[in-house]
Amino acid sequence: MVQTIRSGGCGSLEHVSRRSLMKLAGFSGFGWLTPLATGLARQHERGAVEQARSLIVLWLEGAPSQLETFDPHPGTEIAAGSLARKTNVPNVLVGDGFEQTAEQMDSISLVRAITSKEGDHARAIYNIKTGFRPDPTLVHPSIGSVICHQLPNDAGSLVDIPRHISILPGTTSGRGGYLGSQYDAFRVGDPKEPVPDLMSKVDEQRQRRRLRDLGVVDQQFLRRRGAKLGSSNHQLQTALGMMSSEQLGAFDVRKAEKSLLDDYGNTPFGRGCLAAVRLIETGVRCVEVTLDGWDTHVNNHELQAGRIGVLDPALASIIKDLKRRDLLDSTLVVCGGEFGRTPWVNPLGGRDHWPSGFSMALAGGGIQGGRVIGETSPNPKRDVLDRHSELRDSHPVEDVHATILGALGVNCSRELDTPIGRPMKICEGKKIGRLFS
Amino acid sequence: MKNDVWIRDVFFVACGGIGLALVGFVILASDKMEPPHSLDVDGQEIADVREVASHVDRCFQEACLAANLETADRVDDLTVARRAALALAGTLPSVEEIRVLQELPSADRVHWYVSRLLDDQRTSDYLAERFGRVFVGVDEGPFLLFRRRRFVAWLSEQLRKNRPYDEIVEELLVDGGIWTDSPAVNFYTHNIIPGSDESKPDAVRMAGRTSRAFLGMRIDCLQCHDDFLGNINLGSASELTGGQQLDFHRLASFFGEVENSIVGIRDDLESPVYEYRLLDAEEPSAIAPSVPFNPHLDPGQGPLRERLAMWVTHPENAPFARATVNRIWAIMFGRGLMEPVDDIPLAGPFPPALEILTKDFVNSGYDLHRLIRIVSSTEAFQRESAADFDVSTEHEEQFAVFPLIRLRPEQVAGCVIQATSLMTIDSTAHILARLTQFGQQNEFVSRYGDLGEDEFLAQGETVTQRLLMLNGKMIDERISGGLNSPRHVGFLSPSPETAVETIYLAALTRLPTDEESQYFSSQLKEMSNEEFNSKIQDVYWTLFNSVEFVWNH
Repeated sequence: MVQTIRSGGCGSLEHVSRRSLMKLAGFSGFGWLTPLATGLARQHERGAVEQARSLIVLWLEGAPSQLETFDPHPGTEIAAGSLARKTNVPNVLVGDGFEQTAEQMDSISLVRAITSKEGDHARAIYNIKTGFRPDPTLVHPSIGSVICHQLPNDAGSLVDIPRHISILPGTTSGRGGYLGSQYDAFRVGDPKEPVPDLMSKVDEQRQRRRLRDLGVVDQQFLRRRGAKLGSSNHQLQTALGMMSSEQLGAFDVRKAEKSLLDDYGNTPFGRGCLAAVRLIETGVRCVEVTLDGWDTHVNNHELQAGRIGVLDPALASIIKDLKRRDLLDSTLVVCGGEFGRTPWVNPLGGRDHWPSGFSMALAGGGIQGGRVIGETSPNPKRDVLDRHSELRDSHPVEDVHATILGALGVNCSRELDTPIGRPMKICEGKKIGRLFS
Repeated sequence: MKNDVWIRDVFFVACGGIGLALVGFVILASDKMEPPHSLDVDGQEIADVREVASHVDRCFQEACLAANLETADRVDDLTVARRAALALAGTLPSVEEIRVLQELPSADRVHWYVSRLLDDQRTSDYLAERFGRVFVGVDEGPFLLFRRRRFVAWLSEQLRKNRPYDEIVEELLVDGGIWTDSPAVNFYTHNIIPGSDESKPDAVRMAGRTSRAFLGMRIDCLQCHDDFLGNINLGSASELTGGQQLDFHRLASFFGEVENSIVGIRDDLESPVYEYRLLDAEEPSAIAPSVPFNPHLDPGQGPLRERLAMWVTHPENAPFARATVNRIWAIMFGRGLMEPVDDIPLAGPFPPALEILTKDFVNSGYDLHRLIRIVSSTEAFQRESAADFDVSTEHEEQFAVFPLIRLRPEQVAGCVIQATSLMTIDSTAHILARLTQFGQQNEFVSRYGDLGEDEFLAQGETVTQRLLMLNGKMIDERISGGLNSPRHVGFLSPSPETAVETIYLAALTRLPTDEESQYFSSQLKEMSNEEFNSKIQDVYWTLFNSVEFVWNH
């Protein structure tokens, strides 16, 4: 149903009209006002902040092993030789590879006994990205899409690039689902490459002529159909506004200081994380950065260590960088994958799929640092049918969604209309309150 | 440097020569195209088709009269051809085809063109992809056990032969064997859930899919609980009962014997009865198979899958035919006679047109080609999408105007590729043209964003899509490529007016208005050769980026 689609959603024309006003200021000799206005808008935005306004998801596709990342059990059989590292929070350990992240643990909290009913990658990814299990009759929106839908433009914000962005997206970037594809994440690759399709293929003069011609042709068609095909159906102005936006510079990390890039690791993922922070600073609502390669059915320890080596500097730098830019309180950072990996190592040295107690890290956006919620067993039994009996204070995937949405001030119990006529709650979970208080 | 220029000149002269031959063949000698084979359907069949279409027309006329709704005028034949090509082949009519159509008497054009499309492998391939989404979704399914392409190719072959639809569905439900040799069994192997019991397709998913795909009924929520909203009625049309969780699992129980063995999908007649733990039960219990409605049509004996197939495709099991008619209508119009397209209540109320078409579909032996001919012959299919009166939702619901529907991603790609080739890119086109089409189309669709299984969900445009149209690689390559039609049009059009006309026919399947022709021709007249060629590309770019191009109207 169309009720769910707002004109003020991501990429709506509102961005452009504000932007056009700014441009007008530039053309009419008031260009010096632009940085001032942007600064004032940002100030206005921050001044009003009582909760998180933006979300960064570090998406670890393939499912990281909790035992080598955020839930180590050193010295036990299930550790299978994996070591742990102390952090700057007493009694909180992380996997040995998290050298830099360990120093930021007082800003990070861990949820350690997350459960899901999905043990297949595709279904579990759907589950964790939407908060719902796959339903053949309906495609649920991803969390970034829900947030953009529920939190349209901030008053005073001047964003003319999409507000839901997926960096290094693979095949599973956030979809708008029943909210409509205008809420899909805008997909970009490694920030060292230019964002695709933003440069006109012809010179400016020729482009202007083309657009003038387009106006003539469209006028002809819309003359009798304008009522139905209103501007909300088309993104021409948004696209043109984006093509000439100075905010595109946020994607371009090539000109960032080398030392900063090195801090992030200067990998595609690290560059993606730096771009994510810059995009959030520009006013983007939700950025997801993907690091894949965690599906370690063979040779688990070595392969996980390789991925952790990429994740650690990027995760630690995001926290530090957000703090430095005074954005950590207004930006929630979530790091995790679709499920965990088996406590037992298989004959090939791998760990298999394990949705019965896995971990995620959360920071910023009002989350208190240094907390650990939930506990998994250091010596789980192989033949237990009810895995919940081996967990303490476990939370289903839905609760993680409720926590994120709650941090951003989205009312989870609100029901949205869906195309199949069935009203659907935004989220079915419960917020994990102890992360905040 | 000089040498380069010389080579370039020779190349252009050669291209010009080839282009001239092509254009001569295409535009001037239009009578060279073979008439469609299925044009020879006998006179009685054509009369029947028109008669049924006129019954459908009367239904809408009466409904509009009763609701005091004006109807839009009849649209021109070329627009009808565009609609048919988009619906059936996912692309536009080629200039080659348009030139032939223009020479035919107006009364024969739609019949001629729909016949041509029904003969064409583009149509069976495209419809197979659309139906494939309904039967097995779009994902790659379980690794090694599922071959989507093989399945869709098999389906295309069945549609091309115009095999009766009930036979196709019967084979889907009862076939056995390995998924590579017996492509229909991919319907089952797609529902094997990795990580769970891989020796059996998931009976719950099979039941939900069977109900939605073949019967046009969404009963999935009964999987977990009884229907407490009064949305699902089962039993029989004359004696309805509220949907219960047990009804769903009784249907799922029909799949209890299916197993995936070393010889592929087969029935294990010794397998235990399907078990499920119902909502308020302490323990799982055995649930015997039973159909959710019209129980008198269930033969009651024989292997379970055969029993189910006989019940689903029974001529008196109207939901089966109704669901198919509604889906074909939705493919042709972009929206069903009933919406959502796969959620048709057992006892209606049904639009009278749906009932007429359903009855004819059953009586014709589930003949999909005939159904498509009838739908394309209706007044509703041939109405304008615009009107001089204010178009309300009610007008759209009664098909008093043709619904405006955004093109699907693969349609946009198909249109760009066809519009930049004067010749028809079909199964007789050069392999290079088809391979290029395949590669460019896939790349474009992947970036534009596939709609997945949401076949008829209204979607707004994304900024990614608009950027791809404005600045994307495919459009740029297609309009500036030396072997595509922009180059030919630039070189060979005898006048600016002809050039503009050809581009409009290729991209928008219509002639330019006087205003448009004048607007572009006057610019072209003043230009040098080089500027002229650039402007031709610009006109293509402009039309591809127009609102008109990305809507079915």
